[in-house]
Amino acid sequence: MQLAMWTYEGPPHVGAMRVATAMRGVHYVLHAPQGDTYADLLFTMIERRGERTPVTYTTFQARDLGGDTADKLKTAITDAYERFQPQAMLVGASCTAELIQDDPGGLAAAVGLPIPVVALELPAYSKKENWGAAETFYRLVRTLAGSKGATPPPPPPCGEGEGGGGSGEGQARERRAASPAAPCSEPPPPLTPPHKGEGERRPTCNILGPTALGFRHRDDVAEIRGLLERLGLTVNVVAPLGASPADLARIGDADFNVVLYPEIARTAAEWLKRQFGQPFTTVVPIGVGATRAFVEEVASLAGLDPTPILADERTRLPWWSRSVDSNYLTGKRVFIFGDATHAIATARVAASELGFKVVGLGTYLREFAREVRAKAEELGIEALITDDHLEVEKAIAALQPELVLGTQMERHVAKRLGIPCAVISAPVHVQDFPARTSPVMGFEGANVLFDTLVHPLMMGLEEHLVAMFRDDFEFADGALPSHLAGHAPMDAPPAEPAPDAGIVWEASAEQELKKIPFFVRGKARRNTESFARQTGIAAITVETLYDAKAHFGR
Amino acid sequence: MNAPVALPLGCDAPKIRSERGQRAVFCGLTGIVWLHRKIQDAFFLVVGSRTCAHLLQSAAGVMIFAEPRFATAIMEERDLAGMADMHDELDRVVGQVLERRPDIRTLFLVGSCPSEVIKLDLAKAATRLSQRLAPDVRVLAYSGSGIETTFTEGEDACLSALVAAAPQQAANAPEQLVVVGALPDIVEDQFARLFSELGIPDVRFLPARRADAAPALGPRTRYLLAQPFLGATATALDARGCSGVVAPFPFGAEGTTAWLSAAAEAFGISPQRVREVTALKENRARVAVSRHAARLEGKRVMFFPDSQLEPPLARFLSRELGAEIIEVGTPYLHGRWLAPDLALLPAGTQIVEGADVDRQLDRCRAERPDLTVCGLGLANPLEAEGLATKWSIELLFTPTHGYEQAGDLAELFARPLARRELLEV
Repeated sequence: MQLAMWTYEGPPHVGAMRVATAMRGVHYVLHAPQGDTYADLLFTMIERRGERTPVTYTTFQARDLGGDTADKLKTAITDAYERFQPQAMLVGASCTAELIQDDPGGLAAAVGLPIPVVALELPAYSKKENWGAAETFYRLVRTLAGSKGATPPPPPPCGEGEGGGGSGEGQARERRAASPAAPCSEPPPPLTPPHKGEGERRPTCNILGPTALGFRHRDDVAEIRGLLERLGLTVNVVAPLGASPADLARIGDADFNVVLYPEIARTAAEWLKRQFGQPFTTVVPIGVGATRAFVEEVASLAGLDPTPILADERTRLPWWSRSVDSNYLTGKRVFIFGDATHAIATARVAASELGFKVVGLGTYLREFAREVRAKAEELGIEALITDDHLEVEKAIAALQPELVLGTQMERHVAKRLGIPCAVISAPVHVQDFPARTSPVMGFEGANVLFDTLVHPLMMGLEEHLVAMFRDDFEFADGALPSHLAGHAPMDAPPAEPAPDAGIVWEASAEQELKKIPFFVRGKARRNTESFARQTGIAAITVETLYDAKAHFGR
Repeated sequence: MNAPVALPLGCDAPKIRSERGQRAVFCGLTGIVWLHRKIQDAFFLVVGSRTCAHLLQSAAGVMIFAEPRFATAIMEERDLAGMADMHDELDRVVGQVLERRPDIRTLFLVGSCPSEVIKLDLAKAATRLSQRLAPDVRVLAYSGSGIETTFTEGEDACLSALVAAAPQQAANAPEQLVVVGALPDIVEDQFARLFSELGIPDVRFLPARRADAAPALGPRTRYLLAQPFLGATATALDARGCSGVVAPFPFGAEGTTAWLSAAAEAFGISPQRVREVTALKENRARVAVSRHAARLEGKRVMFFPDSQLEPPLARFLSRELGAEIIEVGTPYLHGRWLAPDLALLPAGTQIVEGADVDRQLDRCRAERPDLTVCGLGLANPLEAEGLATKWSIELLFTPTHGYEQAGDLAELFARPLARRELLEV
């Protein structure tokens, strides 16, 4: 047993959900107990999607355990197919269903659907979310691309779902038309190259790895796609994000693959290399240096000239970082933790592009420990490979860095230790799925990184000033420095307006007032006093307080 | 209108139907999210899988905690290999928790689907650990698994464990009233004042804010449920010899008066005294509610099942705000405790116990209600289809009971409609 206050990754079936939700025309039937539908909220709330996740849960209960759980699963598979008409289906089990061993794959085969069905074996007690996503993507690619032409997605039986009959696709498009505000991930634009050289074929590539619930995947894809197209490439398929099973079927048509997120796409990319001889990129373009290296790697795979792009970088990070205002960043001690890709890339940016001193580097992804160890060695430190956030907390406390770059979990630790913090990797919460364009990849991503990594330090300086001038009338205890409450004292109440001299508060009423949250307390006090004046009450009782509340509303 | 509501238990009013299928609800583990704030010296240790841990942090993780008072002991492959060392492992993890949080007085071992399916005996583990850790820490066990509990039923299971562990009331103790259900502190204080004004002294609350403030229980205890989802706790209280008072739940002006009146009657307090205490406050609540009536009057409202609060809230919406109720979904219906609320719903109101979410969505899309009360997995997708929604979990995380919150409760339903009027983009 492992004690976990927080967990860096969800169970592997959440990884499978990320792939299913990213795609169009794929439905996932998940054998799971009642309650596991909480995972829908990750997509509808954290990522703010305007569609239900394409997942049908069996939601069995204790009373079902008598023996008909297998039937329940078969019914769910049949019903989901009839209702959503997917082009391909995933079936699998969550951790509890794994214990009762109903064999989702075998049962799905017994149902005999006329579409490709991928049975997922995701060991929930030994593997985790990223592994689940990688395995699911690999299985889908293997099933759909491996037998090119053998399993073409059938047309929809009942003509309702036009255009390939994707489950959500037709409905979603209609819905978007009906309600322009409906938010959802944009399907990629039609794949027509902007221009074709005279009879000359442009080199093509796939972009592999972006999923639903990925940290900045939406904007990374747009940024990198733009970069590749400026370089003269045609993007064949982006997958899983926005791809349909039909798209996966033609994944082998590209010349090579761009692997943006190795945690999710490397397994599939390796298989595609074996199967279709497609090479894949190894540099992840996070940071200016890495983006340059990525451009060169892609150019060499595609046989194109990288110099025009490298001469027109469109990034401000190098100048921002060289300007004198950034002098004070030199040697700032930072601790970095996250998934392997983002941790390694951020360490490179921190050390060579911002001039920080990296004092700690680690990842929760054991599968990528080797790469992180190599980077740490290069920086002269020892890598921390753990999925136990208490160990991470211990390391941070021991190292006493001036800045923590990590995940949502490190925000907890940083709050506890009073250290400025920025988020550079999943797991993240709703605030890290922003409305504005915010890639971390490519040249624009470097701009975003500069702002993100430096911002909390500015706040740190502000806090220092507060500490130097403790009796400052404006920045008293509890007054938050600016927008980041992460390392600000919250205990003391903010200054309240002085009570009206002509009106007396009874002790009990005063006490009651204190129970109102501090951020609305001042308003409640003012409202009550003005109510008392209006109605000629001299002494405010608990009753007056509530009379005023009822009178004014909130 | 102002008279205390009689409690007609005859059931000719609403139509109750059961439905089975896919359920889009939380499991009982979610109760930890509010229970750990209410019981200030308790720690909740879920024994489960990574899924359980992920659920808790997805629900609560947006708050940044310096020190959370809940955690998961995640079972791993080697734990599943043999049952014997599971208990050793559990002891080790409990040791880790208490080393980190020496201020903890009650430790709840919370069962999950995986721990229930492999039949890990947490009750036995709790007894063993209690013996070892007494008197500093008591260890209790309950199940918050999805296979057994839906959302608020987690609180029901937790309170049942507290009832079983409560001290015995002295034989000559004075009669006491225990209000059951975790309430926001400010609501609890208001109720305490009201009961004291009515002439019921020393009213106690379950759960108490701290372990040492828990009420003793026995035949001289009358209990009053503040929440409709506490059927198992009520049964546990009955088993301790306590007797329950059946009443509509204290939502809105009418509900609160009816609830107080039922308790007063049980303690032999005259209706006249009840009127003296409640009249002004009830009126104040009506004023506050009426501020939102225009927005909800005649609006068609549909409830998806979530917390079991749906029937009393539908009653409040229908009787005090003039809304038309299309369908009231509830994950479970404790008939004995809900009878007074059901009797106050308009005749023919459709109550659906259980769920088949796809079919209910079909009905919802066909009806196109003015307001749909549903969980967060459905809310944004329905909004994107042009339907106004009120996400139901907020109804649990906001002070809503009693007179002083009646206006706020009405506002919770009015706000999404007001917002739609405001937005021009």
